[in-house]
Amino acid sequence: MSAVANVGNVELEKAAKEEAEHHKQPFILKYIFSTDHKMIAKQYLITGLVMGFIGIAMSLLIRLQLAWPEQSFWIFEVLLGKFQNDGVMSPNVYLALVTIHGTIMIFFVLTAGLSGTFSNLLIPLQIGARDMASGFMNMLSYWLFFLSSVIMLSSLFVESGPASSGWTVYPPLSALPEAISGSGMGMTLWLVSMAIFIASSLMGSLNYIVTVLNLRTEGMSMTRLPLTVWAFFVTAIIGVVSFPVLLSAALLLIMDRSFGTSFFLSDIYIQGEVLSHQGGSPVLYEHLFWFLGHPEVYIVLLPALGITSEIVATSARKPIFGYRAMVASILAIAFLSTVVWGHHMFVSGMNPFLGSVFTFTTLLIAIPSAVKAFNYITTLWKGNLQMNPAMLFSIGLVSTFISGGLTGIVLGDSTLDINVHDTYFVVAHFHLVMGIVGVYGFIAGVYHWFPKMFGRMMNKNLGYLHFWITAIGAYGVFFPMHFIGMAGLPRRYYTNTAFPYLDDLANVNVLISVFAFLTAAAQLFFIYNFIYSIFYGKKAVQNPWKANTLEWTAPVKHIHGNWPGELPKVYRWSYDYSKRNADDSDYIIPGQDFIPQNVPLRENEEELMH
Amino acid sequence: MTALLIVVVAALLGVTVWQISKIFKLSKPVGEGDSPIANNKDNEKQGQLMLIFMILFYAFMFYCFYEYSRFYLPESASEHGHDYDQLMFITLGVIMTVQLITQALLHYFSYKYRGKQGKRALFYADNDKLEFIWTIIPVVVLAGLIIYGLFSWSEIMNPVKKEEARVIEIYAYQFNWKARYSGEDNTLGKANVRLIEGVNQLGVDENDPYAQDDVITRELHLPVDEPVIFKFRSQDVLHSAYFPFFRAQMNVVPGMVTQFSFTPSKTTKEMRNSDYMVDKVERINDIREEKNEVLEAEGKSTLDSYEFDYYLMCNKICGVSHYNMQMNVVVEPKEDFEEWMKEQQQFKEVIAQNN
Repeated sequence: MSAVANVGNVELEKAAKEEAEHHKQPFILKYIFSTDHKMIAKQYLITGLVMGFIGIAMSLLIRLQLAWPEQSFWIFEVLLGKFQNDGVMSPNVYLALVTIHGTIMIFFVLTAGLSGTFSNLLIPLQIGARDMASGFMNMLSYWLFFLSSVIMLSSLFVESGPASSGWTVYPPLSALPEAISGSGMGMTLWLVSMAIFIASSLMGSLNYIVTVLNLRTEGMSMTRLPLTVWAFFVTAIIGVVSFPVLLSAALLLIMDRSFGTSFFLSDIYIQGEVLSHQGGSPVLYEHLFWFLGHPEVYIVLLPALGITSEIVATSARKPIFGYRAMVASILAIAFLSTVVWGHHMFVSGMNPFLGSVFTFTTLLIAIPSAVKAFNYITTLWKGNLQMNPAMLFSIGLVSTFISGGLTGIVLGDSTLDINVHDTYFVVAHFHLVMGIVGVYGFIAGVYHWFPKMFGRMMNKNLGYLHFWITAIGAYGVFFPMHFIGMAGLPRRYYTNTAFPYLDDLANVNVLISVFAFLTAAAQLFFIYNFIYSIFYGKKAVQNPWKANTLEWTAPVKHIHGNWPGELPKVYRWSYDYSKRNADDSDYIIPGQDFIPQNVPLRENEEELMH
Repeated sequence: MTALLIVVVAALLGVTVWQISKIFKLSKPVGEGDSPIANNKDNEKQGQLMLIFMILFYAFMFYCFYEYSRFYLPESASEHGHDYDQLMFITLGVIMTVQLITQALLHYFSYKYRGKQGKRALFYADNDKLEFIWTIIPVVVLAGLIIYGLFSWSEIMNPVKKEEARVIEIYAYQFNWKARYSGEDNTLGKANVRLIEGVNQLGVDENDPYAQDDVITRELHLPVDEPVIFKFRSQDVLHSAYFPFFRAQMNVVPGMVTQFSFTPSKTTKEMRNSDYMVDKVERINDIREEKNEVLEAEGKSTLDSYEFDYYLMCNKICGVSHYNMQMNVVVEPKEDFEEWMKEQQQFKEVIAQNN
């Protein structure tokens, strides 16, 4: 069997090579202004990783300050220059770091980096399409993202400092340069960058939606779509629904800042002067912001969970348990995600009755999330787990998804939120459930689809090392954080020394920082492995993980249009792993525990409802 | 503790160096036999590591609860806070039960079903009954928590007997707080930032008869066991009035008045003398003395010894000194409160003095 397959592969690769020679493109069209979804995916990946590097580096500076407050470090002097007083971080810089770290990680790494990379790579390849519906719009989407990244980073070099009012940029703090210096030029750049980012995100999302709906190959019904594609598809829909609202909030904020309107401002006296603004409300901004802000969490989560679904099933050599329930959960989460934003605002001053409603919807969203977690665990049950690095990260993802998700029950309850709101309990919660889950999903995806992207394999031993240090470090950082949160320690405090009551928490902060440095150091293995493998990794075979999805039927060599000749036809869903024939004597394809989606139904095979 | 941490750091550094030296060995191109895809040996080893990780993870969770749960705030100093703490402990109990069960299953399955060549996985795609079970269990548990939570919530947010409560305004500005007592008429005088002038720092309307007996202070004194309605007003940006010991918090929003009410139930003195606080303060003073030795050696000014006081802190990012925006809160018997109140100047006196 495998000998036959190899001959087939050789022919396929040959056809791909010929096809590629027909379509020789100049460097600039191939690598820079490319309209090919595979190249755009790589562009997103590299940009996302660079932004991730910067974002994580910022978190280390933050941890340095929190563990050893107001002490002098040469690294502050080197990186932050004359704004530091003898190497001691100033409060301004601390707030700027907190703000930009959050913005970069949430939007640039876990939204654009994650969705941009894997939606672009996998949607056309897994549904059997030649490319995205609009290659040009796709290219435009990447370049707008790149532009917004450049603008965001350039705001770090503004004299008055980058935006420093937290990643949520609540006005009036973000609207008034008198209130904090970061709200001057830095904030303007932040808003411009985000407006461009939203345009980029919308173009990408519309493209993903149209592609999934219209370009599925023959036989690829919606119920045969891999869960990855379902996740990307629904993520794109959430993005289209909620990002425009953030754009409206950003535009109104720009108006308030620059054109004297009063959407969010009223009755303000600052630096000895009364401002003319009257009648606006910062609470309105909070509503608009969190109408995106909460779905945003699921924009990060769903792709990570989709990637995990695919990797867990492939590595367990089992179908994903409860495919339909998984799809239903994704849809339920997507719907509910747009009606829970108020749980960020229980103590914002909005009507307490609204708080009750949002508590109800918020705890509802725990149900589909729980179903997903249970289904992953059941998928592992009685499997034949292939412990590749991608699988380890997927298991780690399910673990942190549960740990972080559970504390959401505390925060989603309006009563309990009163005393842990904006404390380190919240920081622990969202870093585990969104940050770590998103990052694990991202990394798992890179390990799993690296052979598809670069035609080479990553080193598994480095991958193992990377996983175990990261897994230990991530819990080491965020698990103790719950306790200092419950001790009443507010987040975004430059130092806790102003409250002697909090003195005995200082040791915990040191411990957390040590784990943070350890975890960050482990990422260097990943970077090394990633770069080394692009050039010197082992050559990949066509289907290294023995997976069913269509991307592994395409030749290793990338060609325009993905498949030489005809597009593959689909005859089954993507989870026929370890399926036995009707009389239970062997696998459907003798000696092979997987059946790619383009293999027609066999004679002695029981048909499933897909 | 610090010594332990240093040992941990040193050990981890050692492991890092050892691992880095291994990396170079590992990352070198290897013979044909070594595939970049997990083989039997890898599955075996990684599966076992999953089990070890689970044990470590559980040990760490227990350690955190054992060592850090003493950081949990002292028994609530407000009436509704007891209800809050009870709900919190029930919720944490539910959460930790689910956590312990699911994490065990996840990691144990990862170990138990680690791959072996020739092993057959079970083709098991669906089971409606199972899925029904684990949809309905969270529904029931969450419904219980929601109902409990919502009852507490409506009690906290809509306390009955409003007329009896003392009205106090908490006024926030970059980067401090002020309190305005409504005086004998228990009604706050009108105020707006546009009226801020000279000593009238809160913009209270000088012509409003209700404003005349208002009392503005830098410290918040509360008589014990008497309900208080706090009205919050901000002068410049968003702040959040966070009273951790009273399980109370409300954002302070420029342009509108927000409110929260609670009944303090423990005086500052009682809290200071509680076992929890005596232990805690002793621990903190030990830490401060340790620090002072270092500071003295460096010739810097030393830290004062600490005595507990309730405080109100800002919990919404509000600018550079956000981390140090605090106000002392004193809960005392009614007689002491009234005595203190007598010493304070009324608004009309302050204005008269400065005209």
